[in-house]
Order: sequence, then C-alpha cells, then structure tokens
Amino acid sequence: MQPEISNGTLIDIQEFDFFYGPKQALFGISLGVLPKEVTALIGPSGCGKSTLLRSVNRMNDLIDESHHEGNISIDGKSIFDPLLEVMSLRKRVGMVFQKSNPFPKSVYENVVFGLRINGENNKGRLDEVVETSLKAAALWSEVKDRLNDSALGLSGGQMQRLCIARAIANQPEILLMDEPCSALDPVATAKIESLIQELKKNYTIVIVTHNMQQAARVSDKTAFLYMGKLIEFDETEKIFTNPSQQQTEDYITGRFG
Amino acid sequence: MKKRTKQITPSGEPWVWLTALGLSVGILMVASILGLIMYRGLEVFWPERAPLWSIRSGDDTLGTELVLGPEVLKQNKSAAHGPDAGTEIQIFQGNRESLGQAFRFISSSDIKAKTLPPEVIWIERMEYGKALGIPIALRLKDGTEIPFGAQNFLPNLDIKVTEAHERWEQIEDLEKNKIGKINREIKSIERKLKNLQGNETQQDNIASLVEKKSGLETQYEALANKARELRTLQDNPTLIYRLANGEQRELAVGQVVEYYFPNQLGFFDRLGMFWRHIGSFIVEAPREANTEGGVFPAIFGTLVMTVLMSLAVVPFGVLGAIYLSEYAKSGLALRLVRIAVNNLAGVPSIVFGVFGLGFFVYMVGGSIDSLFFSDRLPTPTFGTGGIFWASLTLALLTVPVVIVSTEEALASVPRGAREGALALGASKWQSIRRVILPAAAPGVLTGAILAMARGAGEVAPLMLVGVVKLAPSLPLDTTFPFVHLDRKFMHLGFHIFDLAFQSPDSEAAIPMVFATTLLLIALILVLNLGAILLRERLRKKYATGNF
Repeated sequence: MQPEISNGTLIDIQEFDFFYGPKQALFGISLGVLPKEVTALIGPSGCGKSTLLRSVNRMNDLIDESHHEGNISIDGKSIFDPLLEVMSLRKRVGMVFQKSNPFPKSVYENVVFGLRINGENNKGRLDEVVETSLKAAALWSEVKDRLNDSALGLSGGQMQRLCIARAIANQPEILLMDEPCSALDPVATAKIESLIQELKKNYTIVIVTHNMQQAARVSDKTAFLYMGKLIEFDETEKIFTNPSQQQTEDYITGRFG
Repeated sequence: MKKRTKQITPSGEPWVWLTALGLSVGILMVASILGLIMYRGLEVFWPERAPLWSIRSGDDTLGTELVLGPEVLKQNKSAAHGPDAGTEIQIFQGNRESLGQAFRFISSSDIKAKTLPPEVIWIERMEYGKALGIPIALRLKDGTEIPFGAQNFLPNLDIKVTEAHERWEQIEDLEKNKIGKINREIKSIERKLKNLQGNETQQDNIASLVEKKSGLETQYEALANKARELRTLQDNPTLIYRLANGEQRELAVGQVVEYYFPNQLGFFDRLGMFWRHIGSFIVEAPREANTEGGVFPAIFGTLVMTVLMSLAVVPFGVLGAIYLSEYAKSGLALRLVRIAVNNLAGVPSIVFGVFGLGFFVYMVGGSIDSLFFSDRLPTPTFGTGGIFWASLTLALLTVPVVIVSTEEALASVPRGAREGALALGASKWQSIRRVILPAAAPGVLTGAILAMARGAGEVAPLMLVGVVKLAPSLPLDTTFPFVHLDRKFMHLGFHIFDLAFQSPDSEAAIPMVFATTLLLIALILVLNLGAILLRERLRKKYATGNF
C-alpha cells in the first residue's frame, strides 16, 4: 500500500466505480476524508451519495449482482483486501441509517449488541459502555431510568440517538450517517446536529444529507455529487459561498433539481 | 335498453352482499356441525330418566308388554310400513345379554301407558353394558338375602360395591405392576440364558441364573394365586333384580361399575352425575371393546404424539426455512426446492403413512433392532409401529407448513433490522440468531400451530405406523426408562374410526363416537390455544414498532 500519498487522509477513495448489475451508479469518484472532520455528501436524489457511503463499510455487499472498480482504503489499507474480514471492517466503521432501526429489544440490549456479538458478557464492562455511549449520544438523562424497557417505546428522535449510541458503543473510528435526520422533526434534528458537533471531537464522520442548511451547519468539507459523478469537493464554506462549478452553484441556490 | 340499477343501489353493493352471504353460509355450516357434535357429545353424559312403557304386544290388542328404558329417538316410520304409518320411538332397554338387543323400536300408536317407577335401578356393568331393572334383593355369601325394601339394603349395597372396587384396584396392581415386573425380569434372564447357551466356561453363571429364574417363578405363582383368590371373592355377594318382562337376573356386585336410581334423581343430582360422567370419561380406560368406559389412553396418546411431532417438526422446519430464505442462492435449484416443499403439503397423508412404514419402521427400526436389540429378535422393538415412528411420520407430513410460514415470517422482518445488525459487525448467523429469528418468532409459532392442528387430527397414516385399538400401556409411565418411544399407542382420531366402524354393537357406540369427537376437537382447541397464548406473549415482547 502507499501510505505516503494518503497525506493524512483517513478514508481514501480512488477512482471508485460502482455497478448495480449492468447499471453504473458511480463514476470514477476520488475523494479523501481527513480524520476528526465532518464530511457532507450532498446532491439530488439518485446521484449516488448513499451508494458511495454504503461502499465505505461494504454494506453494498448485500446487494446481489453488484460490483465495483477502483479502491477505497482506510488508514492506507484497502477495504476490499480479501484477507480483511468484512465484520471487523464494520466494527471500525459504524453506520447510522436514514430510518432509525433499533432492535426489538431493551434499550440496554440495543447498546450492548455490538459487544455481545464480540463475546463480551462482563456485566460491569457492559454497564460502563451503556452509560458512556448513551452519554455521548446525549440520551443518558432521558433513558437512564428505563434501560430495560423496549427500545421501540422511545420517540423517533430518541430512537435515532439510540442508534448512534449503539454505533458508538462499538468504538468505531468512522461514523457513516445516511440522512440521519430525514425522518425527524426540527427539534430532534437540532439535537442530532449538536450531537454531531460533539462527536466530531472523537470520530471521523461522513454524513449524507438532503438538507443543504444542515450540510452548511455541521460539516467541514462538502462533496457535491451529480449523476454518479463527483462535481466538486471542497471546504464547506467555499462550496456554499463561492463554488467553482456552475452546477454546484445552480444546485445550492435551488435553480435545478 | 340500459339498466337503471345504478340509481337504486350504489355500484358494488351486490358484491358486498354476496361476500357477506358466502361468509354467513360458511359460519353457519361450521356452527351447525360444532353444535351437533356438542349436543350429541354432551347428551351421553346426562343421566336420563328410565320410564316404564306399557305397549300392545304383537297383534293381540289385549296383551300387554312392558319395556323399561329411556327414549333415545323419535322418528317417522319408514315407508315400508305404508304411508302415514305414524311415528315410532327408539328405546334404550340395555340388558343386552338377556334381551338380545340394547335398543328397541316401538310404534307410538302401540303405547298404552308410560310411568316413572322410582325403584328403577340403572347399573353400569363391567360386561354387557348397562342393566336396567327393578332390584329385588342382595344375596350375601352365606345365602342370606336382604330384600330391596329393607332399611339396610342400600347401605349394604354401597359398602359391597366399594369393597369390590377396592379389590379390583388390588387385582390390577398385582397383575399389571407386580406380576408385570416379575415377567420382565424372567424375560431378561431368559435372554441372558439364550446368549450363554453352549458356553462351557459360563456354567456357574448359567446355574445361578436358572436358580434366580425359578425363584422368580415361585414368586410369580404366589402372586398369581393371590390375584385368582381376589377374583373369586368378586363373585359374591350378588344383586338380584327383575327385568321389565319379569325375568329375574343375578349379578355379582363385583361386576358393578356404578349404579343409580334415575327416576329418583333431582335436577342437581343429575347435574352432578353429568359432571362425574364427563370426568370419568376423561380419566378412565376403555372397557368392552372401547364402547364403554373412558378414553384416557387415547387422549394421552394423542397428546404425547402431537408434542413429539412438534418437537421434531419445528426445529427442522425452521432450520430448513432459514437456509432457504437466508443462505441459499436464488436460482433454478432454489425454485425447484420451493415447489417441491409446497407440493409435499398436497401429498395425500396415507402416502406418508406408507413411506413411514417402509422407511422408518422397516428400514430404520429394523436396523436399530438388529444393532441394539438383537437379543430380543424375532420380537421387534423398534422394527414395528410405535409412537416415535408415528410422530416422525406426522412431522414429515407437516414440515412444509412450518417451512412455508417460517419463510414468510423471515421475509417480513424489516430490512432495517438486518442491516442494523450487520452494520455493527455481526456475522450473518449472529444477525439471524439474535435479531431476525426473535422478530420472526410469532410467525414461526403460527406455523407450529397449523402443523399441530393438522397433525393432531390426522388418522390415516397412523394406522400404518403404530396406532392400535387398545394399547396395554401408555407411552409414558413410571417404569424405567419412563419414555417408551417404541410402544404402540391409542389416538382419539383412530378411536372415533374404531368406534364407528369396528365395534360389535355400532348402535351402542354412536354416543361414544360423538363424545370422543367432541373431546378431540376440544383437545386440538386447547393445544392451539396454548400456542396462541405463547405467540401473543412473543408478539408483545418483540413488537416490531415503527420499522
């Protein structure tokens, strides 16, 4: 591998193509994500943002008859290395989905799921992880008295934060967020956004969003994708104030879509 | 000309009525069959009054004949008697051994009088069914007679009957448990002797075994003698009673199962007796070629077989469904397997019976016998029908039901749950075991319920793989090893068939057929209700919220 050309990037996407059967969804995407930064992926529906995001933890493996070309490496190591176990990759790269998907178990069991599947059953250790993860996800004060209640009794915003806590409990390096606020009301959205600001201190975050104000508020870097191609990737401030591409400007000012 | 119906009824309205009609017809049919079974099934246990009928005898208008017994049925005479022949009633007169038939038809027009003599006694006997008559006296062993009118007649009869019942219990204990145990020991010694035969070095061993055997045989003789003695005691005292036609009969009190005076009973006495009859029907063993007594061994056999079948079918069905829907690559092979599984559900059940007989009983059972029970051959142990093979055969029959419903349940688990587990680094098996399967559990149980309902009601295949008319012992009991999977068993479904078509007195068996049918329906209902309650609990636990 070539760690020197990664010049500090944590996730290095190189000339990445992705195909759903015969249909190509991503065209030669190259993009570097720096550690402890929030990178936003924006673009119209069907532009390939989610496909790109889901390629980073190889969730796209689940789709039959899909394949890719090019490479993605994390810390200079290819994630497609046949010697690398996809399970250990997914432990390093956590994911939060568009629709919150807590398991039909208690709040506690949801948070410790990742640890339990790794064989961790020490009660003290699990309790500790539950508390720190829920605190990190700004949910502890709301659920500390109902850890043994079903997670499905929580509100939509709480469920989404529980999913974040569940991802954090695995102690990943990277958090992928696929439109985490699209199903939430403005109050819950504001909470998640401030949480992202907090999490940035410890995690590298890649977030897909439809909401351009959100991208502007939470991210350091923004990538604009259109029709499966990366149009522009730069500092968020620059993208939203002075984009270098006409297409980017048209999109963020709402002139096409 | 265009029809104007649209103005009268909204469009589609006739279809609503048609669908409602279809549903009503369906419900009506089910309700009427259940109602009939319930009525006829429960009627059996209700103690009927036994009137004394005076009827014209033969062609002689002056002659009178007396018939004793409750009316069972009233119907129009058949056309053979000519048009407007009037009605006739069927009377249950009991006393099969002396009257020839337990039932008798009399023409309504022949009835002169109907009275309810309070002294009529109704006796359930160990043999020949029921006896109806007027008691005369109790003849004790020394020949003294206590006449029916005497003060001490009833208390004495009560005591003697109770004593006789106690003796029957002792006899059963002797013959079934004690003698049975000695028999088993003798048999095992005989097997050992057979194996040692001709072995010169084991002479001492053989001698000690022979000695032990003769010791056991003396014990056997002693116990058998004791049982014989008790049996002779059952012949005394005797109850003397008179039939309606004047004939006098004598019946050993030891033959009395139960007696009562039907025409003296008040409503609540009869209600109490009704419940007692239901209770003894459920807990007692059958008598007299299954036409009398209870059906306990059949209930027990059905229950054990259904449970064994569920234990076999659910794990295999669920594992198969998991492979099909989670692991197998979609393609022609998978489609073929699915089609095969679905078609398996449509194969007539008797075909499974034949397969079970050929594969389980003869092949697998035969091999087990020659490997592990060769000392008992040629008497087969597992190489003959038994409850284990019957359960496995039915498991095979119901496995498609479980597979199909489990596959549906797995498919309905939301994608979010699967992806959530995988995204946390779970392996496929971990996500199935910890997330998908618990969420699908209610659906899996639905499959198990359907399988149980189908399996418990199936009769045809069982006839080939181990069900019998009368099983000497239950598949679960207190003798080691407690669970006897090789034993033959009784089954309610087969019991119904046996009563209806194979009993010597089919008329007398009809009430038992209805009662047994009612019980089978009730048993399946109870089994299903149990599984449904379990499913509701799981549903609450794993409610799939807002996925």
